[in-house]
Amino acid sequence: MEQVLSYIGENMEMVYFLLLAILLGVEVISNVPAILHTPLMSGANAIHGVVVVGAIIVMLQASPDNYLALSVGFLAVLVGTLNVIGGFVVTDRMLEMFKKKPKKS
Amino acid sequence: MSLNILEISYLIASLTFILGLKMLSNPDSARKGNLIAAGGMLIAIIATITLYQDYDSGKMINYGLIFLGLIIGTVIGTIMAKKVQMTSMPQMVSFFNGMGGACAALIAIIEFQSHQHSTVTGFDGELLVMLLGLLIGSVSFSGSIIAYGKLEGKIQDKVLPMNQVINMVMLGTIVVLIVYQMVSGSDPLLFYVLLGIALIYGVLFVMPIGGADMPVVISLLNSFTGMAAAFGGFLYGNKAMLTGGILVGSAGTILTILMCKAMNRSLTNVLLGAFGSAAPGGAKSASGDQTVREISISDTAVLLSYSQSVVIVPGYGLAVAQAQHICHELEKLLGEKGVEVNYAIHPVAGRMPGHMNVLLAEADVPYERMQEMEEINSKFANTDVVVVIGANDVVNPAAKNDPSSPIYGMPILEVDQAKNVIILKRGMAAGYAGIENELFFYPKTRMLFGDAKATLQKLTAEVKEV
Repeated sequence: MEQVLSYIGENMEMVYFLLLAILLGVEVISNVPAILHTPLMSGANAIHGVVVVGAIIVMLQASPDNYLALSVGFLAVLVGTLNVIGGFVVTDRMLEMFKKKPKKS
Repeated sequence: MSLNILEISYLIASLTFILGLKMLSNPDSARKGNLIAAGGMLIAIIATITLYQDYDSGKMINYGLIFLGLIIGTVIGTIMAKKVQMTSMPQMVSFFNGMGGACAALIAIIEFQSHQHSTVTGFDGELLVMLLGLLIGSVSFSGSIIAYGKLEGKIQDKVLPMNQVINMVMLGTIVVLIVYQMVSGSDPLLFYVLLGIALIYGVLFVMPIGGADMPVVISLLNSFTGMAAAFGGFLYGNKAMLTGGILVGSAGTILTILMCKAMNRSLTNVLLGAFGSAAPGGAKSASGDQTVREISISDTAVLLSYSQSVVIVPGYGLAVAQAQHICHELEKLLGEKGVEVNYAIHPVAGRMPGHMNVLLAEADVPYERMQEMEEINSKFANTDVVVVIGANDVVNPAAKNDPSSPIYGMPILEVDQAKNVIILKRGMAAGYAGIENELFFYPKTRMLFGDAKATLQKLTAEVKEV
């Protein structure tokens, strides 16, 4: 128990960060109109693609002869990129539909 | 020096994520918000590759593989996202979400490999973060893929006997295994057992959930992946991953709850109760031997042409039939005849909240014509004709009148207030929720059977003649 507490104590900065970011996320999202739920979900989906940064770090740290780490890491970079690119492009396509068109009369 | 630039890049990326998400919640700034977040992502990726450590010529192969992964991912991702039909949007999002979950799980696997060589005494926080990242990432991956398959129609709804019990047992096992690993130190065998259980749990978690509730599940899995990304960020002390991950984790959770509210259901109800399995209510037997009245296409054309105001209620049937373009044509034609035409959009019309707006906008329907439920419900009394196209549950009066109905309490479009109701439908099959709709038997209701697109085409031709 003591060790758990000291681990938290060592990472106090992170814990504050965590709390503030959670509150921020809640704050940013409340009051969104229902019509934007789908694009918003899709946009958020693209943002968590930031996990690809972790995959790149793994690749940079891996030693060049550790083939297991390299191949798994390669796969991680690949699927992470899919998440990022696919997410943003799909969101953009959805939102493209919402732009106000000049009235043709 | 370069490390400071890296940290500042992450700061900028974090800011763009927050700003982007904020802008995404407003229709006017949404598109820009998405682009800003994408820009931040690009900065974070480039900064990591170039600044994370000094260039090491011995690691050529690492750089090569990174770029290969980035390029292949970009090409495939772009093609998939560009090609997908607007109606298949929800499953596409689910698929990409699954990829993010897989990425987080794979990172945890590699980190675990190198972690084994280190000897940590006492509480191993790193191991815990790794395990959590692995678990949430894999559940999100397998769950999202199942959700994708179900929405694509490739996987059928299947409920194992005692599915909920099995799920609870698996969840319990996962917790026990984590606690055990934390106490007794890391064990590779247990690690992979945990991975396996998490993957199976993801499948069993999504399997029994009905198609209509899928958006809620996708949104929930979306926030799971956010959390998994955040655990990855914790592992590396990477601020961009932390902000992005936590933000999506908490925002995704709120969004999930908002979606549930729009359908007037609680999250536990969605996750534990299958929709269709509710006992058949009294309304069903009461309306058993009633007959419906049909209307011909030409009569419909005349009725519509001589109306003052018409409201179209589009449902998923319209989207499946790809009938939104012809629907818009009919609307324009009637508009030229001086008929006021509006669209009534139920919050959960389509497959996801907001999905129908996207589909109609694709067909050039002006934004002002799409009216939300609260707005339009007061106007139905002054509406001459309501045309319901491929929608069912969202206009079912049982939600208001019949406490025994499984959808009782769900806000509906009160089309029964209008003077005439025409229902365009393939056949008499019940809607998504599998319940009878008494609206079809009302005296003012007329049925127009057939494929939405073909019928609307004929109808448009007839209206031209009138």
